[in-house]
Amino acid sequence: MANKILVFIEQRNGQIKKASYEAVRVAAGIAAKLSYQVEAVAIGDEIENLESIGNYGVSNVKHFKNSELINYSPSAYSKILFDFAKETESSIILFPNTSLGKDLAPRLAAKLDAGIAMDCTALEVQNNEIIVTRPIYAGKVLIDVKLTSASKVFTLRPNVFNPGIPGDTKSEVSIVNINSPDLSTKVTEIKKSEGKLDVAEAEIIVSGGRGMKGPEHFNLVEELSQLLGAAPGASRAVVDAGWRPHGEQVGQTGKTVSPTLYIALGISGAIQHLAGMRSSKYIVAINKDKDAPIFQVADYGIVGDIFEVIPALIEEIKKIKS
Amino acid sequence: MKIAVCVSHVPDTAAKINISGDGKGIDPSGVTYVVNPYDEFAIEEALKTKEKFGGETIAISLGPEANKETLRKALAMGIDNAVLLKDESYRDSLSVAKALASEIKLHNAELVFFGKQSVDYDNSVVGQLTAELLGYNCISVAVDFKLDGSKVICEREIEGGKEVIKTSLPAVITAQKGLNEPRYASLKGIMTAKKKVIEEKTVDAANNYIEIVSFKRPAPKQAGKIIGTDASAVPELVRLLREEAKVI
Ligand SMILES: Cc1cc2nc3c(=O)[nH]c(=O)nc-3n(C[C@H](O)[C@H](O)[C@H](O)COP(=O)(O)OP(=O)(O)OC[C@H]3O[C@@H](n4cnc5c(N)ncnc54)[C@H](O)[C@@H]3O)c2cc1C
Ligand SMILES: Nc1ncnc2c1ncn2[C@@H]1O[C@H](COP(=O)(O)O)[C@@H](O)[C@H]1O
Repeated sequence: MANKILVFIEQRNGQIKKASYEAVRVAAGIAAKLSYQVEAVAIGDEIENLESIGNYGVSNVKHFKNSELINYSPSAYSKILFDFAKETESSIILFPNTSLGKDLAPRLAAKLDAGIAMDCTALEVQNNEIIVTRPIYAGKVLIDVKLTSASKVFTLRPNVFNPGIPGDTKSEVSIVNINSPDLSTKVTEIKKSEGKLDVAEAEIIVSGGRGMKGPEHFNLVEELSQLLGAAPGASRAVVDAGWRPHGEQVGQTGKTVSPTLYIALGISGAIQHLAGMRSSKYIVAINKDKDAPIFQVADYGIVGDIFEVIPALIEEIKKIKS
Repeated sequence: MKIAVCVSHVPDTAAKINISGDGKGIDPSGVTYVVNPYDEFAIEEALKTKEKFGGETIAISLGPEANKETLRKALAMGIDNAVLLKDESYRDSLSVAKALASEIKLHNAELVFFGKQSVDYDNSVVGQLTAELLGYNCISVAVDFKLDGSKVICEREIEGGKEVIKTSLPAVITAQKGLNEPRYASLKGIMTAKKKVIEEKTVDAANNYIEIVSFKRPAPKQAGKIIGTDASAVPELVRLLREEAKVI
């Protein structure tokens, strides 16, 4: 095997996803330690600003291009990556652990007969080996693992690895036109949820639980979200009750998030909820029950009635914003 | 049509998980095991598909004898047959997928349902891996599934919405919550399931590519600060978020 690392650059609608930069920085870090070379790979139609990958430490970018590849196609994307990994004899392949990365990475692992470690939250190079940490049992336990296969595939949890301060080196982008991509499985349409930020991608999340008492009070959650530029989130209890859409659910059966700030309003902090948000950098809990488990993971807490605290919080934030 | 469903047997999500003495696994004592929650959606979708188009359903599980409980539950819900690929050893996902793929091939199943994720190791890969090994098409994290002849149309959850994705049989679908409402086993179903024989098979030894270095507990969070007990604590909270945490 040649000493090469591939890092997958995810684009949606021609825009590079932020988690890709995090993966690029990690790839550059491994490459420096192992004296490997890195190739960044993007697949799509027109992709804006691919040169910016260079700012995060990887100077070569391959852009596999075809107008049919603007949307995700598992069959086409995995074939292109497989062929390129073979051609370059790459032995380490990194993906962001996004909905696309989670779907694509294992397909490549199977094609390459590679070991695969998903949703890594730490990665270290020790004695020329990569050791990753990943949460299991809904984050109740962490395991350190290493892959013993010749090819190795890793996915990295978004928002955990620091992309660092962007430099000013542009990368060299080479375009490879793909003639007839294998579209046997293909996204034909994207149904966006109306204009709201998604919890999986937001820096700040304001989540409401059963303590919100009913769907009619979620305007408080929305107003606070809007002020903070945050995504509104929800516990399963309120999603199951039909107060909020499933796409907002945080937790084991919802989305795993690690925003910079997570504000839990009237959420008890059941283990399955914590599974989805405990790796957030800062957690604020507002709950009237001082024994609610959410306080065990919260950095800052107010033991009080959300219907008094949220309006006060909205006012205070308006004050500092003006 | 032959429809297979792969099911795993996992600790209840509410179970307290302790690390075993050697630091290389979990201590199973006092842990209740259940059908992997996502696999209930997979079972339900297999049943609904059979009800609509006819055919035969089979549930497959790889693991120790105890996995029979989960297979029994699948039978009670209405699955026709069940196979246990008996294995007591640790297996990584690709080695699980290899064993499942050869069993699925044996049954010539054209449509295979998985859960999106096993809530033990939280990998969410076995469905996609198995599909690749079989050369089947695959759609993961489906919240909607439609079959029209040999055409498959699903919706899957992505950041900020859903995507509509099309493919054709043979296919693997991995089930996400929202796909359906799993039925309860009827009394009659439970009685029938008790009488059914679960076929047991041995499988090739695992050839693992993942070596577990250690199990550890997440670092306990520093006990947080309780800032106050009513709205009067809000200015201090906002000050801390701005000046200490620097997040707003
Ligand atoms: C297999 C499985 C998977 C699951 N997956 C998920 C998941 O993905 N996500 C998830 O969230 N849950 C999940 N759950 C459910 C989880 O166990 C809890 O039931 C759920 O998280 C509870 O939601 P909650 O905190 O909103 O409600 P509750 O537990 O009812 O908590 C409401 C909280 O609001 C507080 N409160 C009430 N009124 C006020 C007020 N006026 N002011 C301040 N505080 C107030 C209460 O003190 C209480 O702590 C799962 C469960 C299972 C079995
Ligand atoms: N040991 C197993 N036996 C049968 N099916 C399994 C097994 N492990 C995982 N699966 C299936 O693969 C899905 C995804 O599991 P995982 O990739 O381990 O998160 C599960 O929801 C099951 O449908």
